[in-house]
Amino acid sequence: MQVKMTGAQALVRSLEEEGVEIIFGIPGGVLLPVFDVLYDSPIRKVLTRHEQGAAHAADGYARATGRVGVCMATSGPGATNLVTGIATAYMDSIPLVAITGQVATNLIGTDAFQEADTTGITMPIVKHNYLVKDPADIPDVVQEAFYIARTGRPGPVLIDLPVDVSRGELQYRRREHPVLPGYKPTLKGHKKQIRLAARAILEARNPVIYAGGGVITSGASAELKKLAEENGIHVTHTLMGKGAFPESHPLSMGMLGMHGTRCANYAMCETDLVIAVGARFDDRITGKLSEFAPKARVIHIDVDPAEISKNVRAHIPIVGDARQVLKDLNAAIREMRSEVQAPDRSEWNALIEGWKKKYPLTYDRDSGTLKPQYVVERIHALTRGEAIVCTEVGQNQMWAAQYYKVDKPRRFISSGGLGTMGFGLPAAIGAQLGKPGEVVFDIAGDGSVQMTIQELATAVLEGAPVKVAILNNGYLGMVRQWQQLFYHGKYSCSCLERERTPDFVLLAEAYGAKGIRVKDPEMVDQAILEALEAPCPVLIDFWVDPEENVYPMVAPGAPLYDMIGDLLYPVEKVHPEKAEEPFL
Amino acid sequence: MKHTLSVLVENKPGVLARVAELFARRGFNIDSLAVGTTDRPDISRMTIVVDVAEHSLEQVRKQLHKLINVIEIVDLDPETSVARELVLAKVKVDKDTRSEVIEIVDIFRGNIVDVSPESIIVEVTGSSQKLQAFEDLVRPYGIRELVRTGKVALPRGK
Repeated sequence: MQVKMTGAQALVRSLEEEGVEIIFGIPGGVLLPVFDVLYDSPIRKVLTRHEQGAAHAADGYARATGRVGVCMATSGPGATNLVTGIATAYMDSIPLVAITGQVATNLIGTDAFQEADTTGITMPIVKHNYLVKDPADIPDVVQEAFYIARTGRPGPVLIDLPVDVSRGELQYRRREHPVLPGYKPTLKGHKKQIRLAARAILEARNPVIYAGGGVITSGASAELKKLAEENGIHVTHTLMGKGAFPESHPLSMGMLGMHGTRCANYAMCETDLVIAVGARFDDRITGKLSEFAPKARVIHIDVDPAEISKNVRAHIPIVGDARQVLKDLNAAIREMRSEVQAPDRSEWNALIEGWKKKYPLTYDRDSGTLKPQYVVERIHALTRGEAIVCTEVGQNQMWAAQYYKVDKPRRFISSGGLGTMGFGLPAAIGAQLGKPGEVVFDIAGDGSVQMTIQELATAVLEGAPVKVAILNNGYLGMVRQWQQLFYHGKYSCSCLERERTPDFVLLAEAYGAKGIRVKDPEMVDQAILEALEAPCPVLIDFWVDPEENVYPMVAPGAPLYDMIGDLLYPVEKVHPEKAEEPFL
Repeated sequence: MKHTLSVLVENKPGVLARVAELFARRGFNIDSLAVGTTDRPDISRMTIVVDVAEHSLEQVRKQLHKLINVIEIVDLDPETSVARELVLAKVKVDKDTRSEVIEIVDIFRGNIVDVSPESIIVEVTGSSQKLQAFEDLVRPYGIRELVRTGKVALPRGK
């Protein structure tokens, strides 16, 4: 039987049918019909303090749980405040449905109060968006939006809902499947290409696996591990791919790229076969593009055909879902193993092990000052590497990536593609509400965290006991580092004056959270343990060495072998042609 | 290198904006873009001429394909497809030059669709090169106003 209801009721009912359990958002004039209905819905409503917080929280929820995150904002400024969060989700391929209110259809285009062309503004940063003009379309639009957001290469989808449409009436009916004639993601890889890839892998002398966020998205970690272990191939991962392959695994080389390990970057310079899985050859990974993996053939597995050969030419492209493709690829390799004479890889593996030993990630442990890396190491130790770690963006993010080793997917949540400061705290709240039993840490910078610090109020009132560890150096740290290295040490507008503002402990307490300050390395463990024991949100303000840098580093635009700044080891420029040690 | 793409899209509001925005955002150069309905009211056809290198053409196609409303993209080979463009030109004439202009129009198998004492409006269809040649020939007489539709094209056969 068809039921008559309002647009707002149809929206909420559709959300319930999609299994939505939580919505992050802020109401406003044109959304009142929707919030009026939501009041009586079992869906949990989380009122954030800024729409950017709502979008990041929905994003963090999606990354931690693997489900579609939902955020909601009113027309005009509400919608434009969501933009940063939507763009963040778009760059990192996170399934998100954003619902915005819009002025009534008869006012659209008149510059009405709180009107903004939301579908126009968000077009470049969504997978798809809708402006709903007829209440009868709501059930289909919601169904399509969730389907598009979570399938293929996931991404954000926006639904713009004029107020008269949510007040209008319709006969509710739900289709069995969404009807989208132009949308058919390829999930299964091409058989012939998979066989080509299998042969290339068996024949490669110096192969490396390069794992990206797509491995996590598609749940391909187990298959990736098989590929690495059954063939004895070392794995490097991107920032987004952190957790795709256990970092404690002997075959792990750690992260590559601008702040990756020397081992991973050198291996990339010398490899003869790159097996790229769910990764998109971002410029922070490749360094100077023309010198990236110069000796290698490239197998590129990605669900988005547009990523293949976008930046680096793929010799063997495979379009498909990473888990499905890796499963088929592993089977093909097993089948082919007897027919292909595999070369001896012991020299290659020894070289990699040598690099790992010679160039571990390290910092000055005997300085007597409080080092940010040490703080991250202690958080790792005291949470046994099992916390869900969110990060802000900047030095804090890179230290977290380098020193918080993750063995499982969906436990490292960071704004990769867009590099959004202010992401970590709201994302941590979203992750915490999605995974209530887990310890969730936001490793933060004092600059970044101030962009959304008001979400502490959300964390307190929603009972999300997130732990915020501010690596407080009193600077926009990464900006300062670049100014030091590339702009003759002129710290133009990067100093935040730690001694004067703000007092993070008082600020935390003002919001009803717990605040702890640590200036002494001796006090680090006690503070972390105290935070872990507290049932409420805790902010720890670690006053770390202000001019500590993130090393090693590939300068922007430089090739990967050209790494600078290992503190404890003399910097030798390792160029494949000029190196003292035998490159292959 | 110029390529002609024939793109079938869902006939929904905003599709043109999505396509145009994609080209602008990704830095692809549109030479011409013509949109019209097909025999199916729910589907429109866009004929897009892009000026890009072979490698970028692949990106153009793949990125277009990511748009949810795009159903099919065909890269039209000039050898096996038919392409036409229409020009409307208002050419300045007086009693001395009118017959000369009409002669040129006849050679190009064009039609005169409006006549006034000082000007005539001419329609000519054909390939872009033909229209260019026509334009060059009548320019000395004085072109008051001119509009071209952009290319529309279909593959031959089947």
